Amino acid sequence: MNWITNYVRPTINSLFSRRELPENLWTKCDECGTMLFHRELAAHLNVCTSCGHHMPITPRARFNALFDGGVFTEVKVPEPIADPLQFRDQKKYTDRLKAAQKQTGEKEAMLVATGEIGRTPIVAAAQDFSFMAGSMGMYVGNAIIAAAEEAVKLKRPLILFSAAGGARMQEGILSLMQMPRTTVAVEMLKEAGLPYIVVLTHPTTGGVTASYAMLGDVQLAEPGALICFAGPRVIEQTIHEKLPEGFQRAEYLLDHGMLDRVTPRAKLRDELIGLVRLLLGLPPAIAADLPAPAAADDSAPDDAATPEAAAPKAEPAAASAKPAAKATKT
Amino acid sequence: MTNYLDFEKPLAEIEGKAEELRAMARANEGMDIEKEAAALDKKASDLLVSLYSNLDPWRKCMVARHPDRPHCKDYIAGLFTEYTPLAGDRNFADDHAVMGGLARFNGRPVVVIGHEKGNDTKSRIEHNFGMARPEGYRKAIRLMDLADRFNLPVITLVDTPGAYPGKGAEERGQSEAIARATEKCLQIGVPMISVIIGEGGSGGAVAFATADKVAMLEHSIYSVISPEGCASILWKDADKMKEAAEALRLTAQNLRELGVCDQIIKEPVGGAHRDSIAAIGSVGRALDGMLDQLKNKSRKQIRDERRKKYLGLGTKGLAA
Ligand SMILES: [Zn+2]
Repeated sequence: MNWITNYVRPTINSLFSRRELPENLWTKCDECGTMLFHRELAAHLNVCTSCGHHMPITPRARFNALFDGGVFTEVKVPEPIADPLQFRDQKKYTDRLKAAQKQTGEKEAMLVATGEIGRTPIVAAAQDFSFMAGSMGMYVGNAIIAAAEEAVKLKRPLILFSAAGGARMQEGILSLMQMPRTTVAVEMLKEAGLPYIVVLTHPTTGGVTASYAMLGDVQLAEPGALICFAGPRVIEQTIHEKLPEGFQRAEYLLDHGMLDRVTPRAKLRDELIGLVRLLLGLPPAIAADLPAPAAADDSAPDDAATPEAAAPKAEPAAASAKPAAKATKT
Repeated sequence: MTNYLDFEKPLAEIEGKAEELRAMARANEGMDIEKEAAALDKKASDLLVSLYSNLDPWRKCMVARHPDRPHCKDYIAGLFTEYTPLAGDRNFADDHAVMGGLARFNGRPVVVIGHEKGNDTKSRIEHNFGMARPEGYRKAIRLMDLADRFNLPVITLVDTPGAYPGKGAEERGQSEAIARATEKCLQIGVPMISVIIGEGGSGGAVAFATADKVAMLEHSIYSVISPEGCASILWKDADKMKEAAEALRLTAQNLRELGVCDQIIKEPVGGAHRDSIAAIGSVGRALDGMLDQLKNKSRKQIRDERRKKYLGLGTKGLAA
């Protein structure tokens, strides 16, 4: 695959990075048990084609599918001081960080980028559950502040995809302080009159839910996402009761008035484009202007015969199977 | 009757001995024990000083949670006049884990809000051990709005193990309520002062303690998670709470160093629970000083500085 990276711009090369190359070509759906071929899974943005179960998706894969032509520019996040508490449990925090970096190929648990969706300029931030459970520490706080500042500077809406087990305990009180810090970021957007749309993905819990992830102008969630402050286990231990079916899942929250909409991943992009344009008073996006979304491409199994075709499949603009041609398109 | 903490056992023994001697002397006329008893008193008081000048983080947790420690209602009774409780979130209920209302502090009208844990079984249940539900945070939001509209400073007294992890609390939007309360703290254009008087438990504390000035009592704690919770997650063993308490850096002294706590309020020797009146007095003086530092600031200035303070947090780590 090395030849590809030579052709593709750094901002869109992520699909070819090491983490995207599955060692195992098959993934078992943890909901229905169906074995899913990696190409098929990627083409459907990690949604099970058999039961519709939404599996985790990395911020890069998400951005590749979200932004027009898979083109986005990363926003630089100010580096926080490393390991402020010199935290150590059974392992050193710095070792846990290094392990997460190695495993994910990412620097930290949030990716911020600018780009266009349906020809509408936006700033987007996505939390990476695969990086230490997406936990909110100083870096994530800095990322959200950087995202808000960039949005204010460029006068663009901010779309944020949350996914986190909560605050990062290894940063102690400083992780907790990201609750007010990120709330200041949300205030910046509000005062600048810019839309802030939150997409809650599985799982979003603890101090993340109790700060920026619940302060959107519009609150969307992916189907089946666990969204809560206290997790179901903690609650069961406290109240000594069995919790009802579907408790704290996106649909349950929708029923209880805590969300605006629950939207399947395949429809999310169109819905976000629509929402942003409605909020900004822009005319509807012209469908003809939009690159063909990857998920609509049914020819995946045929293409699977050639290995080179695999990666571009996940991108919305996968009209051409030649990565080199596509990279220069936009 | 003193409630001794585990680590105070040696102290309990000495004080018990002195007490026994004196009881014996009362029963047997002419028995002279005063010298011996006085020596024991001296020993006890020396031990108390040494124990409390060197509390490790886990011991601090125990002191911060001490059942006899003055609670929110004690501070309100001791420091405020004309306290007029205002109830309810106008939506669902009045949360008794959160006290709040109008009052005068040194004659000046203010809004005071705090967590109340209760001090016996009945009142603990009534106050839900200081664990607020969404209604509590929404009541606080309402009171902060009121303060903002009438230009009254807000004083919060923080003492909570955390937000209540219950079914109804989740269904009614615990996360959203906490997020909105924190947001309100950042929006109001009046002085906002918090004192962590016991336990500052996670998001449930942040919702009240996002303030211009955050003071902590000397033996109070403020943490992202309880040491027990942290131990069971990171050590997979809830009994490692001592190690977790150490690692979390949750003491007032650590937080001062990290810039999260602006001021430490000294406690009487042996902790606030050994001399409530003195502890309450110290908090009063600290509040007075902090209010003074914030006077003559415009609404905009106060809000901007508060936000800047939070944006700037995290530039200081602990010295190695
Ligand atoms: Zn499935």
